[in-house]
Amino acid sequence: MEERTPLASTPWLDPDARPFVRIEGLSKHFGDFKAVDAIDLDIYRAELFSILGASGSGKTTLLRMLAGLEAPTSGRIEIDGVDVTDAPPYERPLNIMFQSYALFPHMTVEQNVAYGLKKDRTPGPEIQRRVAEILDLVQLSSHARAKPSQISGGQSQRVALARALIKQPKVLLLDEPLAALDKKLREHTQFELVNIQDQLGVTFVVVTHDQEEAMTLSTRIAVMNEGRFTQIGTPNEIYEHPCNRFTADFVGKINLFEATVIGGGDAEVTLRCEALDCTITLPHAAPLAAGAAVSLAVRPEKIFLAKEPPRETDRTVLRGVVLDLGYFGGLSLYRIETGNGTVIEVSAQNRQRDARGPEWDDEVYLSWDASNTILLGE
Amino acid sequence: MKRHGTFVLSMMAFGFAFLYVPIALVVLYSFNGSSLSTVWGGFSLRWYGELFRNEEILRAVLLSLRIAALSASVATALGTLAGMAMARLPRFRGRTLFTAMILTPLVMPEVLTGLSLLLLFVSLHDLFGWPGARGGSTIAIAHITFSTAYVAVIVRSRLTGMDPSLEEAAMDLGARPLRVFLDITVPLIAPALLTGWLLAFTLSLDDLVIASFVSGPGSTTLPMLIFSKVRLGVTPEINALATVIIVIVATGIAIAARTMRRREARHAERPAPLGTGTG
Ligand SMILES: Nc1ncnc2c1ncn2[C@@H]1O[C@H](COP(=O)(O)OP(=O)(O)OP(=O)(O)O)[C@@H](O)[C@H]1O
Ligand SMILES: [Mg+2]
Repeated sequence: MEERTPLASTPWLDPDARPFVRIEGLSKHFGDFKAVDAIDLDIYRAELFSILGASGSGKTTLLRMLAGLEAPTSGRIEIDGVDVTDAPPYERPLNIMFQSYALFPHMTVEQNVAYGLKKDRTPGPEIQRRVAEILDLVQLSSHARAKPSQISGGQSQRVALARALIKQPKVLLLDEPLAALDKKLREHTQFELVNIQDQLGVTFVVVTHDQEEAMTLSTRIAVMNEGRFTQIGTPNEIYEHPCNRFTADFVGKINLFEATVIGGGDAEVTLRCEALDCTITLPHAAPLAAGAAVSLAVRPEKIFLAKEPPRETDRTVLRGVVLDLGYFGGLSLYRIETGNGTVIEVSAQNRQRDARGPEWDDEVYLSWDASNTILLGE
Repeated sequence: MKRHGTFVLSMMAFGFAFLYVPIALVVLYSFNGSSLSTVWGGFSLRWYGELFRNEEILRAVLLSLRIAALSASVATALGTLAGMAMARLPRFRGRTLFTAMILTPLVMPEVLTGLSLLLLFVSLHDLFGWPGARGGSTIAIAHITFSTAYVAVIVRSRLTGMDPSLEEAAMDLGARPLRVFLDITVPLIAPALLTGWLLAFTLSLDDLVIASFVSGPGSTTLPMLIFSKVRLGVTPEINALATVIIVIVATGIAIAARTMRRREARHAERPAPLGTGTG
C-alpha cells in the first residue's frame, strides 16, 4: 500500500510532483483564427481532468492535438517524460474516445474492441481473454457478437470506452463522452466512468460543455474560452473561487455587479457598488488602486430570502420585490428587483412540503454573509 | 380513382413497350428459321449454332471481355485513388481546378476523347516507338482514361458520406495508414468499388466510338463488329448474339441482387464470429 500523504491526492499542489502530461505553449491556428492559443497545462497521473468550455472554444482541437490527429502550429506535448509533439497517432501511448463513438460498422462489438490489440500483434488467446475481461467490465458480454447498428446509444458508448481502454493507454482522451445519452443514463454512466477510472488508474482527459458533468467527474477543471484557459482548478475552486468574470459567469448561475474601489489597506479593499447601493469592505491580498473598476459576484444559493428583515447586522441586506419565480421541485428560483432596479437571482431550497414561500410582487429581504461576496478583478 | 388508375397503367404499359418491344423483337427474330431477318420462317435454333461456330464473332467477344475486365480493374484502382484525393485532401490552391480536371472525361464528347487519344498514340509511336501497333492495349488504355473518372466520382461520394473519425479511430488504435485503408476504408467503400467496377466494365463493353479511333487492324471489339455487320444488313446471327448478351446481363444482375440481399439478411441476423472479416 502506497503511503498516502495529503499531496498524493492533490499532486498539483506539490512542487516536486512530475506532471504526466505536459503541454507547453500549444497553439493551433486555422488561417488567422486561433482555435487554440498558447496553452500551458500540466496533468498528473490518474487525474480525471476536464476541459470545460462553450461550443467553438477549441476543446476538440486541443484534444485532437494531444491524440496526434491535428498538427500543432507551435508548442510542445510531453507524455510521461517523452516528447510526442511530432509522433503520429499510432505511436502515442494514449487513446481517444470520439464524440461520435466512431465504432467500425462492419465489425462486431468484439472485433471493434479487439482491433487495437490486433494491431499490436498481441497473441490470439490473450486478445480473447482481455476482450472478454473488458466487455465484462462494461457489462456488454451478452452483446459481443452484435454489430454496432444493433445496439443502443448507451451500449455504443460503452463499446467505444472498452475499445479505447483495452490497450491500457497511459492517457485516455474523451470528447464529450456522455453527450449522446439521455439525462438518466448520463448520470448513471458518469459514476460508471469514475469507477472504471478508479479501478484502472488511467489518466482521463475529458472534454465537455456540460458543467454538471465536469463538476461531478473531475479532480480538476480547466475552463476554456476562445482558445485559452481562463482558470484551472478543482471543481470547488472553480465554483466558489472563480478568479475572473468569464469563469464566474460560465460556471453555474451567478449575480454580477459593477463596483468601484474607493479605498483600502494592505489586506482589504473598500468598494462602492451602485447596483447594490452599498459600500462593502472585503479582504483582498493585492492592493487595488482607488477608482479601479471591479465586479462583485454572489451565487444565487448563497443569498438568504426572507419576508422579514434579518436580525444579524453583519450581513449585506437588500430589500426588493419578487419579479418572477420558477419552481423546480427541490429548488425554487426567484428574480428579485431591488429599489434601484437591480435584478438579483436567488435560489431557495424547498425544505417543507407545505411551506409557502414568497409569491409574485411580495416584498422580501435578501441577505448574505460578506464572505460569500466574490471580488473579481476584470 | 379508377380512371386515374387506368391512365397511369396505360402510361406505364406504353413506357415499358417503348423500352422493351425492340428488345423482344430482337429475341423473337433470333429464333427465326428464315435467313431473311424480316420474314418469319418458323422457330429454329439454327442461328445460335451458326453463332457459336463463327470464329470472327467469338474472337470479338473474347477481346471485348478481356479489354473490359482489364480496364475496369485498372480504372477502379486509379479511380479509388483519385476519389480519395478529392474527398480527403485539405483545401489547397487549385483544388477546384484539380477536381474539375479529373471529372472532365465525364462530359467530354467521345469523338474528342477518341481523336485526342489517337493523336497521342500516334505521336508516342513516332517519339518512342511505342505502341507498336494499335489494338487491344490501346483500347484498354483509352477505356481506363474515361472510366477512371466515373469510378472517382462514385468513390468520392461514398467517402464524403463516411465519418472521418472512423479512420482516425483506427489510426489512434495503432494502425498505420496502409492498414487503416485496408481494414477500414476498403470494407466501407466496397459497395462503391463494386459499383464502379461494374460501371467501368459496362462502359468498356459498350464503347464503339473511342474504340474505333484507337484500334488497329485485326483488333475488332464486339460493338465494332456488330456495327460493321449491321451496316450490311441485320443478320439473324446478330439477333442471336444480342439475345445471348441480354440473357447473360440479366442473369448477372439477378445474381448480384440476390447475393446482396442475402448478405444484408445474414448481417442482420447472425454476425460473423470474432476473427473473420477483418485482416
Ligand atoms: N479544420 C478546421 N478548419 C478551420 N477551422 C476549424 C477547424 N477545426 C476547428 N475549427 C474552428 O476552431 C474552433 C474550435 O473548434 P473546436 O472543434 O475545437 O471547438 P469545441 O470547443 O470542440 O466546440 P464544440 O463544443 O462545439 O465541440 C471553431 O471555431 C471551429 O470553427
Ligand atoms: Mg468539440
